[in-house]
Amino acid sequence: MGLLSLAIWAPIAFGVLLLAIGRDEHARAVRWLALVGAVVGFLVTLPLHDGFQLGTAAMQFVEKAAWIERFNIHYHLGVDGISFWFVPLTAFITVIVVVASWESITERVNQYMGAFLILSGLMIGVFTALDGMLFYVFFEATLIPMYLIIGIWGGPNKIYAAFKFFLYTLLGSLLMLIALIFLYNQSGGSFDIATWHQLPLSRTAQTLLFFGFLAAFAVKVPMWPVHTWLPDVHVEAPTGGSAVLAAIMLKLGAYGFLRFSMPIAPDASREWAWLMIALSLIAVIYVGLVAMVQKDMKKLVAYSSVAHMGFVTLGFFIFNDLGVSGGLVQMIAHGFVSGAMFLSIGVLYDRVHSREIAAYGGVVNTMPNFTAFALLFAMANCGLPGTAGFVGEWMVILGAVKANFWIGLAAATALIFGAAYTLWMFKRVYLGPVGNDNVKGLTDIDSREFLVLALLGIAVLAMGLYPRPFTDVMDTSVAELLKHVALSKLN
Amino acid sequence: MIDNISWLAIYPEIVLLTMACVIALVDLGVHSARRTATYVLTLLTLAVVAGLQAMYASSGNTFYGFGNMVVSDAMGNWLKCFATVAMMITLVYARPYAADRGMMRGGEMFTLSMFALLGMFIMISGNNFLVIYLGLELLTLSSYALVALRRDNATATEAAMKYFVLGAMASGFLLYGLSMIYGATGSLDIGQVFKAVNSGQIRHQVLVFGLVFVVAGLAFKLGVVPFHMWIPDVYQGAPTAVTLMIGGAPKLAAFAITIRLLVDGLLPLAIDWQQMLAVLAIGSLLVGNLAAIAQTNLKRMLAYSTISQMGFVLLGLMSGVVNGNVDATAVENAYSASMFYVVTYVLTTLAAFGVILLLAREGFESEEISDFAGLNQRSPLYAGVMAVCLFSMAGIPPLVGFYAKLAVLQALVASGQTLYIAMAVFAVIMSLIGAFYYLRVVKVMYFDAPLTASNVSAPADVRVVLTLNGALLLVLGLLPGGLMALCADAVVRALAT
Repeated sequence: MGLLSLAIWAPIAFGVLLLAIGRDEHARAVRWLALVGAVVGFLVTLPLHDGFQLGTAAMQFVEKAAWIERFNIHYHLGVDGISFWFVPLTAFITVIVVVASWESITERVNQYMGAFLILSGLMIGVFTALDGMLFYVFFEATLIPMYLIIGIWGGPNKIYAAFKFFLYTLLGSLLMLIALIFLYNQSGGSFDIATWHQLPLSRTAQTLLFFGFLAAFAVKVPMWPVHTWLPDVHVEAPTGGSAVLAAIMLKLGAYGFLRFSMPIAPDASREWAWLMIALSLIAVIYVGLVAMVQKDMKKLVAYSSVAHMGFVTLGFFIFNDLGVSGGLVQMIAHGFVSGAMFLSIGVLYDRVHSREIAAYGGVVNTMPNFTAFALLFAMANCGLPGTAGFVGEWMVILGAVKANFWIGLAAATALIFGAAYTLWMFKRVYLGPVGNDNVKGLTDIDSREFLVLALLGIAVLAMGLYPRPFTDVMDTSVAELLKHVALSKLN
Repeated sequence: MIDNISWLAIYPEIVLLTMACVIALVDLGVHSARRTATYVLTLLTLAVVAGLQAMYASSGNTFYGFGNMVVSDAMGNWLKCFATVAMMITLVYARPYAADRGMMRGGEMFTLSMFALLGMFIMISGNNFLVIYLGLELLTLSSYALVALRRDNATATEAAMKYFVLGAMASGFLLYGLSMIYGATGSLDIGQVFKAVNSGQIRHQVLVFGLVFVVAGLAFKLGVVPFHMWIPDVYQGAPTAVTLMIGGAPKLAAFAITIRLLVDGLLPLAIDWQQMLAVLAIGSLLVGNLAAIAQTNLKRMLAYSTISQMGFVLLGLMSGVVNGNVDATAVENAYSASMFYVVTYVLTTLAAFGVILLLAREGFESEEISDFAGLNQRSPLYAGVMAVCLFSMAGIPPLVGFYAKLAVLQALVASGQTLYIAMAVFAVIMSLIGAFYYLRVVKVMYFDAPLTASNVSAPADVRVVLTLNGALLLVLGLLPGGLMALCADAVVRALAT
């Protein structure tokens, strides 16, 4: 069994084990077993980093076996510079989520932890699948655990949120399914993504495919105007669910653009780039403004996620090195930062059971250690130099200016909004005199919460101060991708 | 003089018939309330028959018996094997339910279900209009009696009556259509009919006139719109154990006679019947999915869901021939997709009804969706099995229902026809609507609080079979290749002659 298979199936195996034998009577053992599963899942991704060859755009750690011979579907895995970092990132966030949910989840612990472990394996599957149908199976399968996580452990309006999440994303992916089947027939019976990359396609076919994929990925990212599910879902989802959703699941969509839309339909991608750029800019500017007026902290961070993901899609569709690499870096950075933001809200929510900004005020007086972390993450969220949030946005803006000054200018103004809504929220929640009795009674974070936040804090700072390891891995693959996209596939 | 090969062709049927009679007699001496001896003997018989069928099927030979009246081919044998296994599973799930409701004062349930199975065998093997019709009547007559088995129950009796009247009408339709075709071609033998129709010498109007009735009769049996009225009423009214007997294995037989009549016999008329199937399919997908949303009764919801699933089967059947050109690959793709769909559908239905039967107790039917509230807290295992069924019916990977839909959609898109691709998109949108009502049941089981805290208990045989059944849906979802290849191979062999 290869390393990638191990990274996928080890957490899933632990998850299934938890579902099978876990009971609430021994919740403690269940939590420890889940932690072991998550840590094992993370550890098996580490050798990937040592073995990864820089300077080649080829797929690495490739595993290939026939899966469904009738449709020529293969169990085909591999990573390149584009997908590599998402494998350890997913496993890392899963460890964080397991630790962060240690005490807040008391009912059906085994199902909660099992769902996250299974979800982790499935998401790694999405990032590593090199067969179109295998990708689709993993992509869709992630809906089931997430639906249950939101619906079982969510807030008061959880059922609405769970349905909205499931049906919204299902609609998008079903259109992608038709696109995949169409490609299968066009390519003479192959689901191999690399084959599809080389497949000549007419202009009409490319346009249809581009929009088929767009339906799936735009919903997942989510791009304006199909982003409306995200705030609703984030508000209702349990803390862990929000963190995984924002940190990893949104990236599945953005990753799809790089793996499917752009290389398979390069002419349509270039032709419709204006649309993608326009939608991205609207997300960055308009949704940024929407975030500013939110009263609910989770909703605010959810809208800020939409805005940040707008930077990612903007970077991709300006078709230069800086833009695409910047988008990728932004995806990883956002994984850390948004995860940390949601977990910080979770820390407050566990104590006060409110997400309203107005329910807080002066938290710094009672929780100084926690506020220090919150400040770090808030700064990263506004893109302060030295934090992870800065690198990606800066690269995207540079790339945008290179492509077109006005796009760059528009994107840069968004940084101001980002700073505005994040800092304003920070001020209202954390600073000032103690707002009310709830805040007065707060206790500072314990060592478990400290550990979670410290791990994320280190990641955020490390990536901000020394992003080289991230960009080095990407460079060759991104250059190769751009070279490929620049060539016409029209026949 | 009947040759040996003829006997060989129907050997499993003979075993089944003999044992059905033997078991009816043996049962006279059984006095236990749960009829354990009869039950075990029935299961053993069915296991032997299923084994025989699998042996025949895996040999892959096609041979005819009794002057081409019956055929033994890979497709038929596999379908018979699956039908037998489905009937075994049905009986395991049905026994505690039937025992609690006084349906086992005699051993009729076992004998009748064996005769129903025999009817399915004859339908599947029939290579002659009359043989197929005989098999159909044997199946339906046994089913009417099964539905009415709960004599003291008004709704069951009403359902039996409805089933009988509409079923008789459907048989009439089918018989009338077959007689028209017989009149036009001068033969009841499916091979001869094919030759006659293919010669182009027969008047088209007469053939199409007969065809309309044949398709209507088949549509009744498959339960597709607009011939679906009986499905919700009978599903809901019949005792749940019998609902499973009607909604499970017989779908395999209905699929087989559709292939035998429309493809083996009337393929040259494909352009005509494909149009009809297209209309039926669109209607089924639309009505089935939309009506299912409004249901509060789970059995009725599953009835509408069946209608929509059968719409998918028809989509597969109609995509085999494009513009009248018979292309071997397209035919194989389309009909094997339909066969895979039916087989996996039956497997899923079995597990779903298995859970409903399990939750039913004496005096409590557990068929409202709200009866499933909080099932996850009461029994994570059975809630899990039900969730697997529902996600599979909704076509969410990695469950087997997804691959069934994938195969059908692939067959549609491969045709390259704009109309077919549009139908694929339509089917996809309909399955999105379908996902809503399946998810609603998952929601009730997982998100709602339980009404009672009582644990769910089940006899060991039910527990084991139900767990295996649910696991099989998952395993087939992870490794669907084998069954897909089997269906493709069976279809190729069946159509090669």
